Amino acid sequence: MANVSLGAPPTDKAIAAEERGAALKSDLSRQRLRAAWLFLAPMLLVLALVAGWPLLKTIWYSFTDASLSDLANAKFVGIRNYWEYVDYGDGTGEHFGLFFDSGWWNAVWNTVYYAVISVSIETVLGLVFALVLNAEFVGRGFVRAAVLIPWAIPTIVSAKMWAWMMNDQFGILNDMLMSIGLISAPIAWTANPDTAMWAVIIVDVWKTTPFMALLILAGLQMVPGDVYEAAKIDGVHPVKVFFKVTLPLIRPAILVAVIFRALDALRVFDLIYVLTPNNSQTKSMSVFAQENLFQFDKFAYGSAASTFLFLVIALITLFYIKVARLDLGGRGT
Amino acid sequence: MPILVKRTGFYALVVLIVLFSIFPFYYAILTSLKSGTALFEVTYLPTSLSLANYRDVLTNGVFPTNILNSVIVAVVVVAISLFLAVTAAYALSRINFAGRGLLLLTILAVSMFPQIAVLAGLFEMVRAAGLYNTLFSLIFAYMIFTLPFTVWVLTTFMRDLPVEIEEAAIVDGASPFVIVMRVFLPLMWPALVTTGLLAFIAAWNEFLFALTFVSNNSTRTVPVAIALLSGASEQEIPWGTIMAASVIVTVPLIVLVLIFQRKIISGLTAGGVKG
Amino acid sequence: MTLRNCLLAVAAASLLAGPAYAVQLSIVSGSVGTDIQELRGQLDEYEKQSGNTVKIVEMPASTTDQFGQYRLWLSAGNSDIDVYRTDVIWAPQLAADFVDLSQAMKDEIPKQIPSIIQSQTVNGKLVAFPMYTDAPALYYRKDLLDKYGMKPPKTWAELTETAKTIQDKERAAGNKQMNGFVFQGAPYEGLTCDALEWVASHGGGQIVAPNGDITINNPKAVAALEQAKGWIGTIAPEGVLAYKEEESRGVWQTGNAVFMRNWPYAYPLGEGKDSAVAGKFAVEPLPAGKDGKSAACLGGWNLAVSKYSKHQKEAIDLVKFLTSEKAEKERALGAARLPTIPSLYSDPDIVKRQPIVAKWKDVVAGAVPRPSAPTKKQYNEVSKDFWTAVNETLAGRGSAKENLTKLDHQLRRLKRGGWE
Repeated sequence: MANVSLGAPPTDKAIAAEERGAALKSDLSRQRLRAAWLFLAPMLLVLALVAGWPLLKTIWYSFTDASLSDLANAKFVGIRNYWEYVDYGDGTGEHFGLFFDSGWWNAVWNTVYYAVISVSIETVLGLVFALVLNAEFVGRGFVRAAVLIPWAIPTIVSAKMWAWMMNDQFGILNDMLMSIGLISAPIAWTANPDTAMWAVIIVDVWKTTPFMALLILAGLQMVPGDVYEAAKIDGVHPVKVFFKVTLPLIRPAILVAVIFRALDALRVFDLIYVLTPNNSQTKSMSVFAQENLFQFDKFAYGSAASTFLFLVIALITLFYIKVARLDLGGRGT
Repeated sequence: MPILVKRTGFYALVVLIVLFSIFPFYYAILTSLKSGTALFEVTYLPTSLSLANYRDVLTNGVFPTNILNSVIVAVVVVAISLFLAVTAAYALSRINFAGRGLLLLTILAVSMFPQIAVLAGLFEMVRAAGLYNTLFSLIFAYMIFTLPFTVWVLTTFMRDLPVEIEEAAIVDGASPFVIVMRVFLPLMWPALVTTGLLAFIAAWNEFLFALTFVSNNSTRTVPVAIALLSGASEQEIPWGTIMAASVIVTVPLIVLVLIFQRKIISGLTAGGVKG
Repeated sequence: MTLRNCLLAVAAASLLAGPAYAVQLSIVSGSVGTDIQELRGQLDEYEKQSGNTVKIVEMPASTTDQFGQYRLWLSAGNSDIDVYRTDVIWAPQLAADFVDLSQAMKDEIPKQIPSIIQSQTVNGKLVAFPMYTDAPALYYRKDLLDKYGMKPPKTWAELTETAKTIQDKERAAGNKQMNGFVFQGAPYEGLTCDALEWVASHGGGQIVAPNGDITINNPKAVAALEQAKGWIGTIAPEGVLAYKEEESRGVWQTGNAVFMRNWPYAYPLGEGKDSAVAGKFAVEPLPAGKDGKSAACLGGWNLAVSKYSKHQKEAIDLVKFLTSEKAEKERALGAARLPTIPSLYSDPDIVKRQPIVAKWKDVVAGAVPRPSAPTKKQYNEVSKDFWTAVNETLAGRGSAKENLTKLDHQLRRLKRGGWE
């Protein structure tokens, strides 16, 4: 059984016990209720302070003319940061604001492109890794340990390591590809606009495929062995078994992993900031927002971009919750 | 298909996977052991074993302080998150109250927050509270991703513990706090270690907040220090030192991950998939 | 001498040296080449003299990265940094956060090159005090040019031809890594400098004219960028699109380039012990464009005192120390950093030991400023839009004409009613 659980409800037994307890003594149930809120209060307070309030602030700034050097005197300006029509007074005019900023849409497109491509590759590779790790073979422990290494390496460090390997003059990647004859001249991976995005994707795939593989592996290990036994006896081809039996069984696990990764990929900042700084081909939504917040004199505009990104992620999260709920329903909890 | 071909193919795939996974790190170590112009010659096997880069990183400048900062921040963050999360997880998993589902959804949603969405607001708070350029700012800010995660995983874990373990205590009239401390905590060490480790890694690796909330060399954490490492080198970009620094901060993580690999896998899957 | 006398002597000495008690100052500086070592040496001297201690906060070489961080720190009212080393273009954008130096430095101001002081003055406030100025050079491999009987180029067209010829012949001779020309093509402030030189030397203006008019979309600028685009993949490696100063110097100093555009700091480093080009190169002013004349982008670094510093008085003293004639001379001798005090260009020591400095007097005098004055607080964004357009043109994403037209629109949107 590979089920996706989201509500993380107490076990039926726990609830039953609690009800029994309540029957014994309604005082006890009230005491427990009070305790629940008491236990939750500090955590909720911290979350409200560190997430709730700053988020509201960011949204508020997106409707003001805030500038970094003068945050205290931010004035409300309506939706000007998102949309504004400037009439030049001679019958012509122009739309301004985030929704009309080609730089922003470029960042949106880059982010979506990056997320879709890297998550797709990671899913396929992760599946391959998981299938390999799920097989019995000599040295499996070692391989599993090796696969975990990229995941343990900090993103910044990965970015630097790969930046060095992808160096156009002294990089080992060009050396390898040239010695096996795949390319004839060195490629400037992070500089060439055709490869810059791929450079970012390669590093991300390298770093996060293990995560994907582990999640899928967990799903795989829950497929009961007798399914395979039965298929073997019936003489069904292994490839067919994979597509007809294994894949449907682990689909929920893959789905959750994909959504988790996609949400992560849409927020990407550090990898791009370090590997391909200021490159318009790889500028993501987070980088665009950061740049406006802190490098240009456009704090409010950057806040608008942040708010937009938040909305996109919130929508996908809601979608995820909906998908996961459906599976929960199937479980009958 | 002959078995032999199949076996060979399979092991070739395994070798490929291992190479893909460890080669970049191997190459970083290789580079960190080179110095001078040897750096600019591509080699696949170690040619020299110079520790000069390591000496540079550890003696010139404040890199050891940066490591210490990262350790302090990550440890404190983990301690606070676990403390807050254990009691919260108990309430969320073992006590039935109205609004619990919604609360859990909110917590999950917070764990998906894009950091950039709170950056502007957090920056203003940090500045107003006078925490700018202190490690407190990071400890505070990191709660946004460690706390929801630890609460979530511990809730999943506690939920699966059998009801009998607390039944006796309830009947004895023990208060919920005593139940958490005496009954659950002893059972939860494995889960706490796993969650703590994952939260530690997340805090150790964080970059955006660290880049924004601290300024001095001596308050920077490791990722920012590496990203901004310039070095007083005459050989253009100091790749040798950067690689040495990278290896230094990565080795402990790899060791931890390898020691706890089974637990990490179960922790990760509890965070996402649960069967 | 007894211990007591000893202590008294120390106390007296520190009293005489100025502040009654020592303070700790922080100075933040980017690092290119040996900048930090040079600065540390001077700070050690200052520490001895004043009894104060000074810590250096190091930043990466990219001016763009530095600016983002400084801006953030200043807006956070960070009191941990007392002195900032600032780029010549930052004054209008950061003016509000720095102390006015015009009173404190009034005895020093007349000794300086007036136009540089002018560039650091915003609405009558002297935001930062010049530390050194900068104007780039064309580095060329004398040995290679001699070998093939060629002369240092006077125009970009000549440079293109010479670079191509030598590169091809060297490669044919087995020197596979040889490149014709390296410069700064990465999308960052440095590319704005390089490209401004191409455009200005073709007579294509300065992106935004001193009166605020946007002038970049003109045929001469298009021609300049098209010419530069032709270099990528022919005489310049493709990777130049990610090169900043240090990457170009890396290629140059390992002996793998015929020409390099870079600042004078690369000169003494190129003559260093482990340099492959020591004794084999020389410098000339940058080439001119078609029907134009050589243009050098005005660079240079200044020192500014943070408004949030708790030790402003000591910080100003430090600025005085580091911008004194003696300090500027040391910097010129050690790192070929160009003085902002005119008399130093004829200083006999400098003429003898750092000829490039003496030779650069006229180049500095004629250097072209970036449009940071007319575009005020929006300069950073203007520059970003410009370097993006240039980088994309070089990379073959759209023609120069298309990209400059697009840039023209972007700048007009940015400007709206007027620069602010």
